Amino acid sequence: MSEPSLAIRKFTDLANPTRFLALSGSLLPWLAAATAVAFAVGLYLSFTTVGDYQQGETVRIMYIHVPAAWLAMMCYSVMAISALGTLVWRHPLADVSARTAAPIGASFTFIALVTGSLWGKPMWGTWWVWDARLTSVFVLFLMYLGLIALNRAMDDPTRAAKASAILILVGFVNIPIIKFSVEWWNTLHQPASVIRLDGPTIDPEFLRPLLVMAVAFTLLFFTLHILAMRNEILRRRIATLRRLAARNAGREPMEGRR
Amino acid sequence: MTALLLRDLKLSVRAGGGAMIGVLFFMTVVAVIPFGVGPDLNLLARIGPAILWIGALLASLLGLDRLFQAEREDGSLDLMLMQDTPLVLTVLTKCLAHWIATGLPLVIASPLLSLFMNMEVPAIGATALTLLVGTPAITFIGAAGAAIAVALPRGGLLVSILVLPLAIPVLIFGVSAVYAAVQDPAPFLPPFMILTALTLTFAVIGPVAAAAALRASTD
Repeated sequence: MSEPSLAIRKFTDLANPTRFLALSGSLLPWLAAATAVAFAVGLYLSFTTVGDYQQGETVRIMYIHVPAAWLAMMCYSVMAISALGTLVWRHPLADVSARTAAPIGASFTFIALVTGSLWGKPMWGTWWVWDARLTSVFVLFLMYLGLIALNRAMDDPTRAAKASAILILVGFVNIPIIKFSVEWWNTLHQPASVIRLDGPTIDPEFLRPLLVMAVAFTLLFFTLHILAMRNEILRRRIATLRRLAARNAGREPMEGRR
Repeated sequence: MTALLLRDLKLSVRAGGGAMIGVLFFMTVVAVIPFGVGPDLNLLARIGPAILWIGALLASLLGLDRLFQAEREDGSLDLMLMQDTPLVLTVLTKCLAHWIATGLPLVIASPLLSLFMNMEVPAIGATALTLLVGTPAITFIGAAGAAIAVALPRGGLLVSILVLPLAIPVLIFGVSAVYAAVQDPAPFLPPFMILTALTLTFAVIGPVAAAAALRASTD
């Protein structure tokens, strides 16, 4: 603890945006470099492994598709933790985190949906199936968009933060219910005909690049998230400065006249 | 609480309350569907329960944005926030009043519309029963959405967007319970029990979240 001003002893010390900016500023190049390395290794592995004997080259879509889908779910969990932070501890950075994670999560969900659809066309012969998993990811995408719309609709950031935190938590409770009920609906109305990726029997040949890509995507998420949080903090500071400047600009001529 | 219930009911039934508009919307939606899918009576009988459920879902979303907004505009929301009774109970009472004013008429109107859909007697009964049990869940979860969007000037559309994904489980189990009642091999009780459980769960989550959102919107 040589530098007392910026030393972070407790988690609550992170609440100071200046400290967060300093810490994230020093952390960011390393994170970005790690992301780049992981992506280089992951992409190299993805393109050099042998194709599946049935699926051929299209199996490589999996290395993008599956990590994106995992990240889509992890991002919502991060948002739920941030929402708890906003409501319970009133952590000032938590609402920044929740607000900035929503577009990133929506993008990952979108990537998962698009690559899944591209993969589904040669494999199942159709762009879209009302399969339980696809449907619940689609619902997740809709919820992300609703959250972004709610955040955009409110001017006051603290009020928007509380409202969206409540909505995030309600959604977090609901996502398992939706997932479960969609599975029920699917098995009731149509036979479980779609089996993607035979779960545990996946070959290590495919598993290795998949795991590396998952690590790369996770690193990418944190890099983007920290960048977006820094942006949001700076944007709020600029807004505050502008407001101050506007207030002072109104005052000075009055004083000058006297 | 009884006073609040009666007050809300009176307000919604009298002029400007718009409780009957929901039923009218419900009937219009159901009446429009045959023009879209064709007048084939067998097809209508098959998809009838689903149509009624979707119509009821949309109709109960229609009036949700007014749940707290009128109170906010005339200031009585602040009184409700300040009074001694827990805000959760107040919200629950308002939800019940809203459901009696807008949800219950849908349930009562549904047998008549089922006849238009050429549905059989067990299906008609099952539809009315599942709507009776399921529509409160939509109101409860919608109250959370309405409370979140209460501060927004044009929150009505946003409420629907936010609430519809959350209402998917109710729709799924409501419709599957009706189909289970009609088709022999599938048992009626499991989906119906899950629908009841959903309503009870939302009766807890909805008012708590709505109360938290209302508190957040005022300070």
